Amino acid sequence: MLYCAPNKKYSDFIIVRDPDKCIDCRVCARQCSYEAHVYDESTGKVFSDDTRCVGCHRCEAFCPSGALLIRQNPSEFRDNAVWKPWFIKNIYKQAETGGVLLTGMGNSYPYPVYWDKMLLDASQVTNPSIDPLREPMELKTYLGSKPDALRIDAGSGEVRLAGGFTPQIAINYPILFSAMSYGSINLNVHKGLARAAEEMGILYNTGEGGLHASLYRYGRNTIVQCASGRFGVHSEYLNAGVAVEIKIGQGAKPGIGGHLPGEKIGPEISRTRMIPIGADALSPAPHHDIYSIEDLRQLIYAIKEATDYKKLVFVKIAAVHNSAAIASGMVRAGADVITLDGFRGGTGAAPTMIRDNVGIPIEMALASVDERLRQEGIRNQASLLVAGGIRCSADVVKAIALGADAVYIGTAALISVGCTVCQRCYTGKCPWGIATNDPFLAKRINPEIAHEKLANLIRAWGHEIQEMLGGMGINAIESLRGNREKLRGIGLNESEMNILGIKHAGA
Amino acid sequence: MRHVIIGNGVASVGAIEAIRSADRESPVTVISSEPHRVYGRPLISSLLGGRIREEDIYYRPEGFYAANNVTLLTGKTATGINTQARKVRLESGEAVPFDKLLIATGGVPFVPPVEGLDGPDVYFFTTLDDARKLDILAAKLRKIVVLGGGLIGLKAAESLHDRGIHVTVVELADRILSAAFDAEAGGIIARRLAESGISLVLGNTVTKIVRIKKRARRVVLSDGGSVPCEAVVTAIGVVPNKALAEKAGIGVNRGILTDDFMQTNVPGIFAAGDVAEAKDMLWGERRVTPIWPNAYIQGRHAGLSMAGAARPYPGGIPMNSIEFYGIPTVSMGISTPPAEGYEVLARLEPEKNCYRKLVLRNGKLVGAVLVGRIDRSGILSGLIRNGVDVELLKQEMLRDDFGFSDMQPEIRQALLAAY
Amino acid sequence: MRRATLKPPEGNGMKRVYQKEDVCIGCRLCEIGCIVEHSPAKDVVKAFRNVSPRPEPRNIVEERGPLSFSVNCRHCDEPACLHACISGAIAKDPLTGIVGQDPEKCVGCWSCIMACPFGVIRKNGAQSKAVKCDLCAGRTIPACVEACPNRALVFEER
Repeated sequence: MLYCAPNKKYSDFIIVRDPDKCIDCRVCARQCSYEAHVYDESTGKVFSDDTRCVGCHRCEAFCPSGALLIRQNPSEFRDNAVWKPWFIKNIYKQAETGGVLLTGMGNSYPYPVYWDKMLLDASQVTNPSIDPLREPMELKTYLGSKPDALRIDAGSGEVRLAGGFTPQIAINYPILFSAMSYGSINLNVHKGLARAAEEMGILYNTGEGGLHASLYRYGRNTIVQCASGRFGVHSEYLNAGVAVEIKIGQGAKPGIGGHLPGEKIGPEISRTRMIPIGADALSPAPHHDIYSIEDLRQLIYAIKEATDYKKLVFVKIAAVHNSAAIASGMVRAGADVITLDGFRGGTGAAPTMIRDNVGIPIEMALASVDERLRQEGIRNQASLLVAGGIRCSADVVKAIALGADAVYIGTAALISVGCTVCQRCYTGKCPWGIATNDPFLAKRINPEIAHEKLANLIRAWGHEIQEMLGGMGINAIESLRGNREKLRGIGLNESEMNILGIKHAGA
Repeated sequence: MRHVIIGNGVASVGAIEAIRSADRESPVTVISSEPHRVYGRPLISSLLGGRIREEDIYYRPEGFYAANNVTLLTGKTATGINTQARKVRLESGEAVPFDKLLIATGGVPFVPPVEGLDGPDVYFFTTLDDARKLDILAAKLRKIVVLGGGLIGLKAAESLHDRGIHVTVVELADRILSAAFDAEAGGIIARRLAESGISLVLGNTVTKIVRIKKRARRVVLSDGGSVPCEAVVTAIGVVPNKALAEKAGIGVNRGILTDDFMQTNVPGIFAAGDVAEAKDMLWGERRVTPIWPNAYIQGRHAGLSMAGAARPYPGGIPMNSIEFYGIPTVSMGISTPPAEGYEVLARLEPEKNCYRKLVLRNGKLVGAVLVGRIDRSGILSGLIRNGVDVELLKQEMLRDDFGFSDMQPEIRQALLAAY
Repeated sequence: MRRATLKPPEGNGMKRVYQKEDVCIGCRLCEIGCIVEHSPAKDVVKAFRNVSPRPEPRNIVEERGPLSFSVNCRHCDEPACLHACISGAIAKDPLTGIVGQDPEKCVGCWSCIMACPFGVIRKNGAQSKAVKCDLCAGRTIPACVEACPNRALVFEER
């Protein structure tokens, strides 16, 4: 505190230590990777430094005597509707460093969350509701391009489907684990994701950091990603999963690339990403071979060629103003699955200004893309995945009713293994052992426990989705897709309802 | 099957417990010349020093013999073994028949050639009765000379000193604890004892006990000096109590010779403990190692053999843990090696009364001496016992907080997987 | 003559506490669980604040750089501590396999510390007694295992 710049003392949090309960056991000091708790040998006591606290709550969660409470610092500047403490503190920081403000996770500005402004329907009297505990309730979803019409071959006297389908992926729940690279999160989390995906019959996504050798065995539940940095991309990798996702953009930072600092590139990550140890892993903002839909088509088909047309090709873009037009081009370019990532989607590191000010809500992008593809008569040619701020099973149901085939969850998955959304992923010191490759911290994720928690989350949401579907009198999730009649807006204005394609509650 | 055990020390208990782990029924008879149930022999100094109560000296609870279905004959001395007729003859004239016999008669104090040692006011310090006698004396006497600066002598000296007696220890070697400790380790303890008020006379020995009116008055030393005293405690060490076996025609050398199953050259007759000359893990030959843990383990292996559940004795490693006036010490294995073929690593911190010495042979740990800080010293004994290659651990082992985390993962995991 | 009914547990017949170093996070909650379990009140605050000096845990956590793990008593089939104990304070229960220690009988000679190849017996300095794991006799899962937040300690037969 003594030698800290004066304005750094405006701490975001205060650490409240109950002197009657603290046993000076040092658990907090051992757990805090930001050294907000320090054990003093000479007095045998633990002391705290509020200015170092990032509000991750690790200490509070681990304190065996319940002596710790982390609170927002109530110390406030003079009330001002314009100059909120957030802006003041950021200016202090930048005046100190001269640098870009960095952050992690997704957009945390109080923009409207449209999930919270939509309500689901339920059956009453007519079209009776269904009890999922007594009757079949299908959550299985097929991802992939569907033909415009089914051709039936009845020539041999036996009725058969003629021509077949392009490859399809069956998932037991309409929920996938979204792309989080090995590097941004560590191998233990990847193991947990892969095992949970395997157990639940869903998919996880490698992100752009390649696929660790030990995880090839989970290929049937893996989407491998190919982003602008092309890290760890080789023939074996492209063929390792059931799909390849070309990542054009990311909801948390549309229009910009990624940067994994060299100090995080250890031997394992170096081998997996195929870059030298200690070299910065820079993902360019654009793919340098994609400047048009035609270029995108070339890459899509290059990948289909490389995978013998056995793998689905996903294309992922950040939700931006003209997503609908781009999505149309993506479908026409041959994408089997379109992934839309809204501005609440998380990231391991992004410039704060970009995260909080660029992109659009996923609800709007989803509604307009689904509508556009339907209008063009090509909605069947690709599945639609949405990502970015799916927080609960009701969000999943609303997304599917708005037009999605399935959703990706990233932040929710990480929260299930302990993340408290402190937004300090970019420091590499994640006290929960998630967004870190520090071997001391990464151990905090036990893949076995992560696996169980992730699988439980999917299981729990699955039960809830079944309940909500049953309430609406629907017995298969695919029957809900794009059924906006099941949604009503609340507190929305005319243009919002128009874009979402829903009526207001009561209408 | 009738099991008979001569002797009622720790080796005997090891044997009883082993026999009973495999055979709950066959009768077991223990012949003890001492009138007591089994007690912790090394504790006699604690008893004399007033650090424990007399009821705390017993090594096993009172019901131990009954619970294990053992007949204990106390105050009975075996005077002969008929290896043909399979009988042990007692002083009282009785004969105890056996099918399997364990000779665990322990050691007898070594008696040095000192003029007048066989007179009054001379005591030994190996049995509970010795301790009781000295306990009575301690209340009356002021000055005692202890002969021998080894473990027993120094513990006797410490206990007597604690009772307010002025004690002088006379040791032939130029340092105390010369069997297990080098000059550095011995020096730390010598200093501590001297600070505490115990007089040490080194490189010298008692040649004569001078008595006036049949009462000891002083001892004369080999350098011509003399030390006034009212009693002499002989505590030079023990030698195997092998006479009974020798007389019966059982093979002996320094002690009773035993094979890998603790059996003597007479089938069905076993030996264990301080009387036995048994396999030594580090020397690869048979040795007499009058050390407590070895006695228990030898007794245990003898017992397993007697009960038909034989497991080969892996060989003993000498080890001792003793504290002198608050300074704990541990010595294990080959602690004072010969010059050739050994590597010695040591770290001395005289101001802290700390010393740590490691002895290596062919890249493996074979011995250690620790003074001052002995926490987790068992890890070292495990390395010795398991013959772990410690070539890469030399510097780490010298640290007081040496542990498994210093070891290569394969070694660590192998050692920690065992039980 | 009584019939032989008791068979001592052989090796893998006994559950023991094992460490998993790849997921030990060095929080030492195992030690705290142990201290609380062996305190009179079995309450975390009372165990630390009402007992002076602070009691010693019966496991030992080693830390070296990012590596950490707890070392726990193995309740050995051939317990070196028991063989070395000069006072008869240590005994192996033939039924449970637990190698227990009677602090009343311990004389603080540290022979067990010298002998234990796991280095897992400590001095309780204040009382000059050795302290060792009793596998939380009476508990289904030892306190250290239950306190571990990351399953870095497991209680199982091997």
